[in-house]
Amino acid sequence: MTMLTALCAIFAITILVIILAYIAVRGVSAINIEFLIDTPKPVGEGGGIGNAILGSALMTLLATAIGLPIGIGAGVYLAEFGDNWFGNTVRFLSDTLIGVPSIIVGIFVYTIVVLPMSRQSGFAGALSLAIIMIPIVARTTEEMIRLVPKSMREGALALGAPQWRVTWNIVMPAAASGIATGAMLSIARISGETAPLLFTALNSRFYNYFFDQPMASLTVQIYNYATGPFEIEHQMAWAATLILVGLILFINIVVRFLTKKKY
Amino acid sequence: MGNKITVKNLNFFYGKDQALFDISLKIPEREVMAFVGPSGCGKSTFLRVLNRMNDTIPYARIEGEVKIDGKDIYKAKTDVVALRRMVGMVFQKSNPFPKSIFDNVAYGIRINRMHSSKKDLADRVEKALKDAALWDEVKDRLPTSAFGLSGGQQQRLCIARALAVQPEVILMDEPASALDPIATQKIEELVVELKKDYTIVIVTHNMQQAARISDRTAFFMLGKLIEVNPTEKMFTNPDDKLTEDYITGRFG
Amino acid sequence: MAKTGTFADSLFKGILTVFAGTIILVVIAMIVMMFWNSLPTIKEFGLGFLIGSDWQPASDVYGALPFIYGTIVSSVIALILAVPVSLGIAIFLVEQAPRSIASPIAFMVELLAAIPSVVYGLWGIFVLAPFIRNYLGPFLQDYLGWLPLFQGRLTGIGMLTGGVIMAIMVTPIITAVVRDVLEVVPTSQRDAALALGATKWETTLIVLENASSGIAGAVVLGLGRALGETMAVTMVIGNAPQISASLFEPAYTIASVLAANFAEATDRLYLSALIEMGLVLFLVTFVVNAAAKVLVMGVAKGTNAARQA
Repeated sequence: MTMLTALCAIFAITILVIILAYIAVRGVSAINIEFLIDTPKPVGEGGGIGNAILGSALMTLLATAIGLPIGIGAGVYLAEFGDNWFGNTVRFLSDTLIGVPSIIVGIFVYTIVVLPMSRQSGFAGALSLAIIMIPIVARTTEEMIRLVPKSMREGALALGAPQWRVTWNIVMPAAASGIATGAMLSIARISGETAPLLFTALNSRFYNYFFDQPMASLTVQIYNYATGPFEIEHQMAWAATLILVGLILFINIVVRFLTKKKY
Repeated sequence: MGNKITVKNLNFFYGKDQALFDISLKIPEREVMAFVGPSGCGKSTFLRVLNRMNDTIPYARIEGEVKIDGKDIYKAKTDVVALRRMVGMVFQKSNPFPKSIFDNVAYGIRINRMHSSKKDLADRVEKALKDAALWDEVKDRLPTSAFGLSGGQQQRLCIARALAVQPEVILMDEPASALDPIATQKIEELVVELKKDYTIVIVTHNMQQAARISDRTAFFMLGKLIEVNPTEKMFTNPDDKLTEDYITGRFG
Repeated sequence: MAKTGTFADSLFKGILTVFAGTIILVVIAMIVMMFWNSLPTIKEFGLGFLIGSDWQPASDVYGALPFIYGTIVSSVIALILAVPVSLGIAIFLVEQAPRSIASPIAFMVELLAAIPSVVYGLWGIFVLAPFIRNYLGPFLQDYLGWLPLFQGRLTGIGMLTGGVIMAIMVTPIITAVVRDVLEVVPTSQRDAALALGATKWETTLIVLENASSGIAGAVVLGLGRALGETMAVTMVIGNAPQISASLFEPAYTIASVLAANFAEATDRLYLSALIEMGLVLFLVTFVVNAAAKVLVMGVAKGTNAARQA
């Protein structure tokens, strides 16, 4: 039976290797500097993903600026005060929200931002990503804070520190690296999201620095190129994927390396 | 009576750390042998040497000879599964499977294919439960979950489960340490009863328990076997100064 | 509590409470807004929306059945393929492999989960679909072609491809949860089985039995992910609102009709129909995830009982 289960593991790893190999081989052959800084052009005239990279970066940044404080705050609440019905409700809703398809978040943001403004915008995209991020960050933060030993808290409380100082100055710094790890993984997660951006940020063919305008993103650009009819578009899709997956794998491997040292 | 188990010059290592030092010991058939000693002295490790449960620990290594019925159980061609069937074990904390009372006891019979029919299986389960002095308490709820039993009943269920595969030796690792005095007393009575048919090795940290139920006692300290003697002699006139200090409570 | 509470303490707690409350607010707002915006079709079609099999936005006829059918069938295909493999991987990692290989393998399986959906879609279009068209499809038709499931034209794009790509995507998720629940099965259970003369495999069965409700939870969680899987499926399932017996035919799922059409839906009723489907998907995945959570938590409780006993 060990043979059979080992085979399952080998199978999964083989799939991973095949996927990464395709991305590497097909991506590398299509990538160059122009491609990385240009905007999309009509088929046959080259073009690139510069504006999509910028759009993804801007939206991820804004999403992180919104989602990280709220997520960390909620996580701290859950760990420090959350053993009541309110905490249990928040915990339960976070867990279920994590499993809700991200496109649903896109629809929600569409109804509260895009419809009233009657325009798709980078802000709507970033807000979608932030909503996806919040429950993930909240739950990892809670877990990390719960790992801080009770003795540390009690030590500080015994010195006469008020609760908020204990949490802010003792507990949170002690959990900081764990919280940072969770934050990085959640950033990796949202940077790969496509569905919630499709009709919130939409897309754009130009460099755009303003959040009230539609904004391009790497992932939506990959989707458009991949489903386009021309071979040259497919090549660009692979090249853009190489950038995206490279970034996400990099974050995952760094996190793995950082957390491994502690054990 | 002959010796059931013979151990010669046994050394045991966890990686680089040596846990047992040069232990030689004979365990006579159909007697109760108690292992006593301060915690961490290696008595539980030694117990697990006797049915090769230590095999599950990575980096564990053994030197020396352990013979049961004259056969070296650490020989390469030893059938570990058959060995463990012959040498049953009861653990410190009761560990029933998430199955019914009946299925818990039937488990070992089934995996070893010892029964000839459904009726035979039921008979064997009944006998094991009777031998473990549990039958009267559970006969009306055999199909219910084993988790519904009290702690003491769960432990006797685990004993019944071990008895059901008809072992010749039963190893008990502090079987009563998690139980209240009444449940403990029942287990002790059971042990005395069982020695008519089985060779029993019991690890205990409770001196009185060792004195009450065992025929012989072995005293371990820091991975070494300090003394082994008939229990009565051990508790009245030990050979070794360390043993005397320990049983009179001067350390430990 | 009240006595030691200074003003700063209550302020601190108050701010955190607001952050935590945001999560509740978001969930409530999601339900309310989606319900509100799907009122036009709810009023117009009522329950008929869910059982109608005609979908013609041009003439304002909206029946969601083809999408519901596609969502369920593709998810079932995904689970049939993913569950045994995930169980195998988890058993290998927890029960069989030495730590030194288990840890890197576990990491690589986790990486599968880190790859974005749109990337699976890209890979699905250009690698998996041709593979199914040229190799797997003909193979299935040769040997099982008498089944209606495997009849029809082979394009490589369709229900089966959607299910297969979903299977790859949910495998790491199911594996991770099964690993967790296997790891909390107390060692004493393995010891007890071994001490009775159980073989390694028989011991593993005992461990699986201990973890059974957690494993069920993992499968349900995988189902939740499969039901809501969007981009990759949109890119390979063919996007045709039809109910066909053949797995090689194009199909459509709720999530993929949203991804493919939402941006262009300007008509009031069309938009309402899409949002109502979103609401249905939201409620279903919400319930499925909640059920998964209850099942997985049950396992932790069960083993605690076993440990304390």
